[in-house]
Amino acid sequence: MVNLIWLLMLVIGIMVSALNGQIETVTTSAMKAAELGVEVAIELIGVMSLWLGLMRLAEEAGLIKGIARIFGPAIRRLFPSLRPDSPALGAIIMNLSANILGLGNAATPFGLKAMQELQKENPTPEVASPAMITFLALNTSCITLIPATIIGVRLKANSANPTEIIGTTIVATGCAMFSAILVDYFIRRRRKT
Amino acid sequence: MNVIAEISRWAIPLILLLIPVVAYLRKVPVYESFVSGAEEGFKTGVRILPFLIGMLVSIRVFVDSGALNIASTWLQPLFTLLGLEPDFAAIIPLAIMRPLSGSGALGVATQLISQYGPDSFIGRLASTLQGSTDTTFFVLTVYFGSVGIKKYRYALKLGLLADIIGLIVSVWIVTKVFY
Repeated sequence: MVNLIWLLMLVIGIMVSALNGQIETVTTSAMKAAELGVEVAIELIGVMSLWLGLMRLAEEAGLIKGIARIFGPAIRRLFPSLRPDSPALGAIIMNLSANILGLGNAATPFGLKAMQELQKENPTPEVASPAMITFLALNTSCITLIPATIIGVRLKANSANPTEIIGTTIVATGCAMFSAILVDYFIRRRRKT
Repeated sequence: MNVIAEISRWAIPLILLLIPVVAYLRKVPVYESFVSGAEEGFKTGVRILPFLIGMLVSIRVFVDSGALNIASTWLQPLFTLLGLEPDFAAIIPLAIMRPLSGSGALGVATQLISQYGPDSFIGRLASTLQGSTDTTFFVLTVYFGSVGIKKYRYALKLGLLADIIGLIVSVWIVTKVFY
């Protein structure tokens, strides 16, 4: 499915550009995007090193275990296939907390770390494990308390009340997250039996 | 609201303060441990690089071609037929863009907000949509790619389903709260 989407985006993009008589946009877009990929990755290396360094400190100080013990029982229920003392739980909790607080650049390092830990417990290294799918569903539909970027955009556009969309955003993400958890639960149950 | 804003403002400084101090008190060699953890950041960054580039190239070629605007023009009569406002079609590019690219979606949302006004129906809906779902497709490919997963199984369908529910609920709640 990913292969197909990837190909379709390329083919449709090139065809539309050709029909619009602006085939040169394809060239500049592709080149710029490739450069942007490197920029994003380099920036990510900086923040990622910072957060993974702090995470190592927190691990060695026993803080991650402590956090996992507090929030673990609720999170563990969503990840029944993981060992109860799995190091992935700590990273998952950190990732979700960063997402909820809207700390986007902290969320990615914790998320990638969680994926590495989940991969260690994955019996089939090339196939996504149910725990990974649950984690990604939570991650991409996660509640955000403060959508800071869009509030900034609204502020600049002279909104009478830039923050009025916080409530609607929380409701929308809450419903999306809840249904992701629910559907995931039923899929897992059906596949097991 | 102010409380939450204050929490996000203080979160990172507090984390930067508390973790090293607690670790030091618990006899962890703080600087050395930090450095050995940070080392992993470089490896992970290099590992996700090809996935980032592959996705960004395909997404940008698609987005910059203007294919999304054509789709929304085509869909306009359909919305009129369904009894919805034709303006509604303006949200379609954002809804398609949101799972693909964070910066792309922000660009579309910003443009919608300035075109229709931040306090219009489209403006509020665009804001809610932008704040709510995440870049599902992008996150999935990069996260799975970073650990070498090739078969996503039902992950993409589940993520996109959550996005669609987010979209439907956004339309419903914005209508309900503001109109």
